[in-house]
Formats: sequence, C-alpha cells, structure tokens
Amino acid sequence: MERPVTETPALFRDCGPAEPARSIVLGKDTPLRLDSGVELGCFRLAYQTYGTLNADRSNAVLVCHALTGDHFVAEKHPVTGKPGWWNLMVGPGKPIDTDRFFVICSNVIGGCLGSEGPKEINPATGQPWGLSFPVITIADMVRAQKMLVEHLGIRQLFCVIGGSMGGMQVLQWAVSYPEMVYCCLPIATAARHSAQNIAFHEVGRQAIMADPEWRGGDYLNQNTRPTKGLAVARMAAHITYLSEPALHRKFGRNLQNRAAITFGFDADFQVESYLRHQGISFVERFDANSYLYITRAMDYFDLAADHGGVLANAFRVKGADGVERPTPVRFCLISFSSDWLFPTSESRAVVHALNAVAANVSFVEVETDKGHDAFLLDEPEFYQVARGFIEGNAQRRGLTSTAKGA
Amino acid sequence: MAISGPHIRTDLESITAWVDEGARVLDVGCGEGELLYALVHRKKVDGRGLELSMDGVRRCVGQGLAVIQGDADTDLKDYPSNSFDYVILSQTLQATRQPREILEQLVRIGRHAIISLPNFGYWRVRMELLLKGRMPVTDRLGYDWYNTPNIHFCTIRDFVMLCREMGIRIERSLILGADEKVIDAPADSGRANWWGEQALFLLQRT
Repeated sequence: MERPVTETPALFRDCGPAEPARSIVLGKDTPLRLDSGVELGCFRLAYQTYGTLNADRSNAVLVCHALTGDHFVAEKHPVTGKPGWWNLMVGPGKPIDTDRFFVICSNVIGGCLGSEGPKEINPATGQPWGLSFPVITIADMVRAQKMLVEHLGIRQLFCVIGGSMGGMQVLQWAVSYPEMVYCCLPIATAARHSAQNIAFHEVGRQAIMADPEWRGGDYLNQNTRPTKGLAVARMAAHITYLSEPALHRKFGRNLQNRAAITFGFDADFQVESYLRHQGISFVERFDANSYLYITRAMDYFDLAADHGGVLANAFRVKGADGVERPTPVRFCLISFSSDWLFPTSESRAVVHALNAVAANVSFVEVETDKGHDAFLLDEPEFYQVARGFIEGNAQRRGLTSTAKGA
Repeated sequence: MAISGPHIRTDLESITAWVDEGARVLDVGCGEGELLYALVHRKKVDGRGLELSMDGVRRCVGQGLAVIQGDADTDLKDYPSNSFDYVILSQTLQATRQPREILEQLVRIGRHAIISLPNFGYWRVRMELLLKGRMPVTDRLGYDWYNTPNIHFCTIRDFVMLCREMGIRIERSLILGADEKVIDAPADSGRANWWGEQALFLLQRT
C-alpha cells in the first residue's frame, strides 16, 4: 500500500506569495498511532505554505483550521473562489506577516480537502474509506501535523495559532509538544467541548444520518450525496457561530423579496433564506462523513480528563532532572464577548490553569456582538492584540523583521 | 475622595530601581503597562501583569506584554506560592475590597512584595478635613467621595502597623513628599506620616 510522495499541481494560484498546494504521504516508516488504537501506516496530508523558511528554521508559524476550514488560509479557495479564510490574519504586512514568517497550514486528518479522511480511497480496498475510516481525535490531528512539521525539518515552531477547533489543536500542541512551540494563540476555544456543544454537534450528525441518501455512510459507492442532511447540519451550526444581536442587526424580521408573509413554508424571512443559502453552498465543498468525524473529534476533546481531571497538570512539564516546571510555551488567549459557543469563561478556565502553574500567559476578551465567528471577521482590536503578542515574542525570539535577513 | 494622586513616574522609577535584573515579576493592577514595559525592557525581567480593565489589558498585550484580565481580589489565589521574585502592587491597594487578604497573597506569591500607597495622613489631607470639613479632593485625582474607586485609604502609620500585625517585614521604604521630594525619615516616624504624600515599601514574609 505504499504510495509515492507526489506534489499535486496547484488548483488555483493567487497572485500572492502562495506556493502551489502540496500533499505528502506520511507514516510510511513509523505509522501514526491514533488514540483509538488504530495505526495508520500511510496517510496523506494536504498542506499549504506561505513565505520563506529562514536559515535556522526558526520563523515557522503553524495555522490550525476550524471544523469546516482547510489549508487555503490566505489565497482564493480552489472550490468556492472565495478569499482565503484568514487573510485578515495571514499575509504580507498582516499580524502573521508572510514577508517575515514561514506559514504552514494543513488540512486536518479526517478532513475532505486532500488529507486522509473518509472521502479518500482506502488503499487496502480500493474503495472510499467511508465509515471504515478510524475515529480520530484532536490529538491525532496534532500528531499528524507534527509529522509534517518534522518532515519540513522544523524543530521548533515559532508560533501555533488557530480559532475554535483550531484553538483546540493549538492547546493540544502546547500540551503534547511544549518543546516544539515557542508561543501560541488559542482563540475562541476551550480545553474541553461543553455538553451544549456536543448536543449541537449531535443534532448535525443526526440530520446527516437521517438523510436517506446517506446510505449508512456508503453514499460515495452508491453515487448519492446526503446533501439535504448536511445542509441542515450546517444551518443549525451556523446559528451557533453568530449571536442574537448580530442576527437581528443583519436581518431583523425582514421579509425576503416579498411585501407580506405568505401563510406557507417558503423562506418568508430573510434569515431563513440566508440560512438555506449557507446550507446549500456548504454541501458543495464539504463531505458529510468528514463532518461526522471532525465533530466527533471535537466532542472527545477534554484536556483535563487526559491529565487526571486537573487542567493545570496539562501545563506542567517534567524536565530531564525529573523536576516539574511550568510549560515554557508562551500563551495568548483571546475570546469574544458575544461568543456563546466558546464563551469567555472557557478561555478563562485555561488562563486559571496556566496561572496555577505560573506559566506565561496573556488573555484578552474582545468586545464585539459578532459571536463566535468574530475571529474570522474584521475586528481591529483582535488583530491589534494578536500583532502585539506576535511582535513581542518575535523580538524575544530574535526574529528580525524580514525572513531574508535572518 | 481622592487624595494626592501621587505622580506615577517617580514611584515607578524607584520600583524599577529596586527590582533585580532578570527577576520574575508580577505586576498586579498593571494599568496600561507603563511599569511592566520599563521592567521588561530595562531590567530584562520575566514580567507578567494582572489588570481589571479590559482596555488596559488590550493595550498591554498589544505592546507585547504578558497580561491577563483579572481581579486582584479574587484571582491572586490561583497563583502558586513563591512563583515570583517580586509581586508589585502600585497605587492599587486602596482600591481593593480586601486589602489585608491581598497583602497576604502578595507576600505568599512573591519572595518580595513591592507596594506603593497614597498617604491619607499627609498634612494637606489632614488640613482639608480639619479646616474645610470635606473629604479631600486634589487636582490630580478628581474623585468625590461618592464616585472614587479608592475605598480603603490608610495612612503610612496604619500600613506599618498592619505589616507588624501580619508578621511582614518592611525591608525597605521610600517616603515621597510634595513634588515627589524624598523625605528622609523612617516609615514608622511621625515625620514620614505627616510629610509623605506617598510611600513605597519592599516587603517580605517572615
């Protein structure tokens, strides 16, 4: 089942500094051992890089994407044609300045934009993995990323950054490989998925599985797609990414292209029409089984549970002399005041745990009414804080202002 | 009621001078990070801050300082004992709800605590109360009694007595009078309590 390492040609090339998207097969010599106990001998990881790695390989920044994100961080998306999902954060002159840093982002394992996941062909059977793909966790995603980072010859990442599920990966990186992370920004995230969030995910999964076209997960072989179920899952999830004031400001009770209510079940209201559009456009770019796997990975995330139920223990590092010290990783947590999916209290719990070991931590709650999605939107204060944190640490790390001079 | 808004610069300069190079420092109520910034850049300390106001926190983090939003009254208990060389509380003790508990936390968390205070025993404050019969308000901090964040004022003598009672050793003190002139008097003297507009203490748990 050996597959050659190939470089896929660019699907789309922005005029920016983006290299063609690449993919690599990892785990050939040492398999990826998943939390479930399954070993993945060979798996593909799709990734993208921006900027140039400096001579001593100290300027690498790893961006971790959220549930439905991908590695097209700062360039036009090859499927949707939309701008990069975080081009406010990553790019020339942006807080993560691609003129200065070498930025890496990989599609998570279990994803559906080129990395090994339920939609890809299982080399052992020649059929799509479907539900035979092993259940993965946030820690598994991070293990796979670590193999990529090592493959790129990077011993320590200058920074690991991500929001939402990306923030979970950031926390996991800092806990699993503290020596490989200089500083990190877990944004709009939590050290565990709350009961309410698991509940929302379950609604989404049930919507997919209730669609007859899902075919017990075998839809790819049967040449159908559970688009209706996946669209409903997305609609429900999308509400959780916003806030009541933001929805009200955007739509109110405004009617959609009509003067009066129709006494029927058409999309009378603008908000209905908007959600339907969100659902329909989502199914074009996302695989339903991938949605099941990735939401599950988030549900299983609980850093404290992995450390005897005490979150602070996750941030203690045992040195070669056997003495426990606070994690050397420098943290900056950012939350958003109207985020009810990953509320500020979740970030604060992480901050408390970090304080309890006297780790180096900054924490800011950004005032906004835009809800969870605020980390992707234009919130000047958010980028100002991120820029300050990154700049301060870059100076401390001895990274000069351009990668070329380093 | 605010008295003598001690001009921040001089007491910050003195604090900076007292802190050892490269020390681990926690600045409680670090405001917009003026002191922390000076300590990090001039004394190369490993500096952290705790600040109640989100505006202050954002400004601190925006300039690269490690600061979290939090409340000294509730959050200090999270820090492990002896986790810092110096814990600094600059011009903040009088604005806390539980000054005594906070003082206890400061000397627990830090090997040393540095505290600066406005002195309610300063002669001008006494005169204001004595002659006008009004709660003292000065130009520098224009709060009235009903809107001041400063809810627990004390005199230098009060503070010295409290330290004695709590078994806290005053390792060093600095009394600053009008125009931030150094008053050459021991902290427990009547002269310090009369002429001192503000005081600075280096403390240690005994």
